[in-house]
Amino acid sequence: MQKGKLTGLRATEKQYVGFATLPNQVHRKSVKKGFDFTLMVAGESGMGKSTLVNSLFLTDLYKDRKLLNAEERINQTVEIIKHTVDIEEKGVKLKLTIVDTPGFGDAVNNNECWKPITDYIDQQFEQYFRDESGLNRKNIQDNRVHCCLYFIPPFGHGLRPVDVEFMKALHEKVNIIPLIAKADCLTPNEIKKLKDRIREEIDKFGIKVYQFPECDSDEDEEFKQLDKELKECTPFAVIGSNTVVEARGQRVRGRLYPWGIVEGKFTNKFLCSVENQSHCDFVKLRNMLIRSHMHDLKDVTCDVHYENYRAQCIQEMTSKLAQDNRMESPIPILPLSTPDVDTEKLIKMKDEELKRMQEMLNKMQQQMHDKEQ
Amino acid sequence: RVASFILRCCLFLSSTNEEKRNLSLGGHVGFDSLPDQLVSKSVTQGFCFNILCVGETGIGKSTLMNTLFNTMFENEEASHYQNGVYLRPRTYDLQESNVHLKLTIVDTVGFGDQINKEDSYKPIVDYIDTQFENYLQEELKIKRSLFNYHDTRIHICLYFIAPTGHSLKSLDLVTMKKLDSKVNIIPIIAKADTISKSELHKFKIKIMSELVSNGVQIYQFPTDDEAVSEINASMNAHLPFAVVGSVEEVKVGNKTVRARQYPWGVVQVENESHCDFVKLREMLIRVNMEDLREQTHARHYELYRRCKLEEMGFKDTDPDSQPFSLQETYEAKRKEFLGDLQRKEEEMRQMFVNKVKETEAELKEKERELHDKFEQLKRMHQEEKRKVEEKRRDLEEEMNTFNRKKVAAETLSLSQPLKKDKDKKK
Repeated sequence: MQKGKLTGLRATEKQYVGFATLPNQVHRKSVKKGFDFTLMVAGESGMGKSTLVNSLFLTDLYKDRKLLNAEERINQTVEIIKHTVDIEEKGVKLKLTIVDTPGFGDAVNNNECWKPITDYIDQQFEQYFRDESGLNRKNIQDNRVHCCLYFIPPFGHGLRPVDVEFMKALHEKVNIIPLIAKADCLTPNEIKKLKDRIREEIDKFGIKVYQFPECDSDEDEEFKQLDKELKECTPFAVIGSNTVVEARGQRVRGRLYPWGIVEGKFTNKFLCSVENQSHCDFVKLRNMLIRSHMHDLKDVTCDVHYENYRAQCIQEMTSKLAQDNRMESPIPILPLSTPDVDTEKLIKMKDEELKRMQEMLNKMQQQMHDKEQ
Repeated sequence: RVASFILRCCLFLSSTNEEKRNLSLGGHVGFDSLPDQLVSKSVTQGFCFNILCVGETGIGKSTLMNTLFNTMFENEEASHYQNGVYLRPRTYDLQESNVHLKLTIVDTVGFGDQINKEDSYKPIVDYIDTQFENYLQEELKIKRSLFNYHDTRIHICLYFIAPTGHSLKSLDLVTMKKLDSKVNIIPIIAKADTISKSELHKFKIKIMSELVSNGVQIYQFPTDDEAVSEINASMNAHLPFAVVGSVEEVKVGNKTVRARQYPWGVVQVENESHCDFVKLREMLIRVNMEDLREQTHARHYELYRRCKLEEMGFKDTDPDSQPFSLQETYEAKRKEFLGDLQRKEEEMRQMFVNKVKETEAELKEKERELHDKFEQLKRMHQEEKRKVEEKRRDLEEEMNTFNRKKVAAETLSLSQPLKKDKDKKK
């Protein structure tokens, strides 16, 4: 009866329900709450990481920093340094944390130099895990790393062993976005060749970098085209700059080169501008990182990387408990989604061990038998 | 007596010194052509020059060589995944007007790619030492042909610094320290078109200060020859040279020049306000090539030779300050060495003989054991056989007894009724 009544209503009628305002409510609440984002930058020293971060967020995060000498870097270990700033734009507040990794790849012996970095990421996950499982969850702080920009030097022919090892150690813990640093040392042809090479090598070594989500099929063609271009452009070749140059009445962030000054006359053509899309992919990176995909990066971190960590953590704990036969645990393990799977796995493991021992025994017996003969 | 002899020698020398005087010539003698004679001889002989390029993979070593010598030397792109560093020398015969140059370019393949670079400098040092060693061997030969010898000693090491803009890398510092006493080093900033002018100035100052504070000796262009001292002195101040290499040609204005074309401009390789390529070419090839060869021979090679010979036990003077004859020392060393060899041979032979004896003894022991075992088994077997034989005999006996009894019983039963009949008949 009531159903029949409802079918009579149509969207164009003035008496509409009103839940179409939900997006606005979400928007309003989120503005009030504010956002947070943690960005990690990694790469050898001198790749332009700090300059790029300054260019991206149009601030100067790195005032008065001290750079080490070559001598001091011979045995340097990797440090983790956090800079946190609160920035606001049109009423929207963002708590931005930049995680720096000075010393990465700078020492003469860089064996496992990514370990402090993976440890840091795991620590943040563990912290969040504890907070999430605690009793009072009102003020959880999310310090998990949402994105890692990895700077590949443009001087080589592609990925180097240290690049491959680093990305493989991190690709299941954080969203990695590889960038070609200091792209102003490459001509357009060279950039294309290097990008193709790097994409090939990423496939070859099985590195899982951050993938842009597929756009909805009902988006308009222009958007889809832009999206396609963005995906084909990776890895982004970027240039950063701390200086703003005056050119033809405009203020442009860029790098000024001497070969741009012809007979004393100065034209825009010889200014390598950071924001010029035919000069580098800085604008694409900025749009993608900040304007369109920042939230998706956070979602992937929460839904994929963190969940993987959590599931692994719990599994380790239950197998440990099964061994120790302890009844109490610091963290409640009740909501185990598939407890049978765990015990089954244990049984399987034990079975396999038994089988292996049996085989060994058989082999030894056979050997003795052969010897006797 | 020795002392007086020495005294007399000194007097003679000092007297000749006093008598040395400058004479003026009455006419043109003609020995002013001596340099020309030297030049024409060396041109006939041909020159030889060996360059070592040290730098990470992809930094532009091959391109710079192509640009410097205006030739496309064949080269495949190197991979980043070498297990270690190895040196790849390639020799080319070049000619310009009537001057022949035998040019050897040595590349460091795989430098800077490994994760652990602690041993990266070793193959380079070993290569340089080997070339010195080869020359030393030739020099020490009894029948030698030095004028014919293809000199492979490295005359210049171009060290390619990556244009990070901050300072040297730790690997650069470590490597240059290991090389500076063995070879002439000229540090250059590679791919310099990525650094702006102000950054470049700061970068150069930082690099030089780091080299100085760590005591790294780089090659200084010589300022003692008046003809070139001025230009050399000014060039010394421009180190390290910031270079750009390119073999592609771009049209600029109405000329075609070697350059790199960017969307924001064109970097011309031979334009001195764009990079220091021209300075490097001047210094390396057009002005100081001969000095580099001389320094290599007179300084680096002599140092190597002295160290090597001292190691071997040669000295210039014995404890009594009498000069040693190289010949005698050499003979003594040789005898010692042969003696050592013989001793070693004896030792090894002794060891071998001992081992053989041991093994023989072992084998004998085993043989004896086997023999014993065999005897034992045989005895057991015989025991068993005897027992079985006994049993068989017993059994046979029993059978015989039984048979006899049987026969007896039968005959008894047969003969009994007969006896009855016999009785009845009576």
